[in-house]
Amino acid sequence: MALRGDWVYENNGGTCVAIAGADYTVVAADTRLSVGYSIYTREFSKICTLADKCVLASSGFQGDMKALQKNLCARHLIYQHQQNKKMSCPAMAQHLSNTLYYKRFFPYYTFNILGGLDNEGKGCVYTYDAVGSYERVGYSCQGTGGTLIMPVLDNQLKSPSPLLLAARDAVTPLSESEAVDLVKDVFASATERDIYTGDKLEIIIVNAAGIRREFIDLRKD
Amino acid sequence: MAGSYGSTLRYKNVERIKSIGKHTLLGASGEVSDFQEILRYLDELIIYDDMWDDGNSLGPKEVHNYLTRVMYNRRNKFDPLFNSLVVGGVKNGQKYLGMVGMIGTHYEDNHVATGFGNHLARPLMRAEWHEDMSFEEAVKLLEKCLLVLLYRDRSAINKFQIAKITEVGVTISEPYALKTFWGFLAFQNPTKGAEGSW
Repeated sequence: MALRGDWVYENNGGTCVAIAGADYTVVAADTRLSVGYSIYTREFSKICTLADKCVLASSGFQGDMKALQKNLCARHLIYQHQQNKKMSCPAMAQHLSNTLYYKRFFPYYTFNILGGLDNEGKGCVYTYDAVGSYERVGYSCQGTGGTLIMPVLDNQLKSPSPLLLAARDAVTPLSESEAVDLVKDVFASATERDIYTGDKLEIIIVNAAGIRREFIDLRKD
Repeated sequence: MAGSYGSTLRYKNVERIKSIGKHTLLGASGEVSDFQEILRYLDELIIYDDMWDDGNSLGPKEVHNYLTRVMYNRRNKFDPLFNSLVVGGVKNGQKYLGMVGMIGTHYEDNHVATGFGNHLARPLMRAEWHEDMSFEEAVKLLEKCLLVLLYRDRSAINKFQIAKITEVGVTISEPYALKTFWGFLAFQNPTKGAEGSW
């Protein structure tokens, strides 16, 4: 058994979503920790507030998830000591990409979304794969429920092609409360069909005033 | 209290719960020799912490975190400790209970289990656990879980220990057996509803 190497990873499930607005970003993840067909716990946070304008949501293998979050928090502390300022979201985005690619040949099995405010105070969302390939987008979702949620977000938030209409900002024109409602709705939908998503939804809203946290109940089955 | 060796029940007196420092209890399932190795790691940790002689002592949260790091780092080296660990304790009036798996997966909750316990015991505990249970109620719930596991887990034997930890101290009970009943109708003819199965 030990010879095969697939024992080093397991998928502890979960879904993350983030939506960037004109002056806010919403980052959300469910709180279920599963293994196989069992639930370990219904109250496990997948979100880590790295800096006051920068929030990381991860899903995948929990051991790697926590190690990655710890790694980034520690690195942020060192940055603060060396640069005498907090890391901006774009800076953390690049750093996360580098950290993930560093383990390209024994990856962190994590699917990450970084959300926050950029240097101009506009909402930004960066989406990653397990080895660090990343892109700044207006919205994203990762994890076991990602494939269920992405089409809905595309339908609601995607700007039309610049060939049809003048190019608009990637950020959504929705207000903060509309974006939060959309997140609640997509999670309720994903919970219906994805066995790994459910129990509780943790929503973090990052805006100029700071970071706000909300919890919503989801179906527990 | 069983220690299997493949499908042989080799050891029938394995103490799988140990106390760590003043505030923590550690229970393990899986490879017994790796558990003994973990106890040596923890011994060293506790002794070195004690030697500072600063009045501080490591509580269950610290032990849980340390063990998580140990298990994860061994997994990173492709040389795991084949255990699932339960860490619990009380420090400064605050109770704590957590689990760590062999690749570093960990969580904290009001009730935890390893192996088959996740399938058979957690549902019972989810239904019946509530805040401020008395010790007697908790033992009754645990014994209910242990009984189900005894009936349904091939590697279980009817010999258990229950350990209790409070602010005051640790007690680990002497090994004892549960009363079993094998006369259930469902046990008489297990294939009644599905002839030909086993």
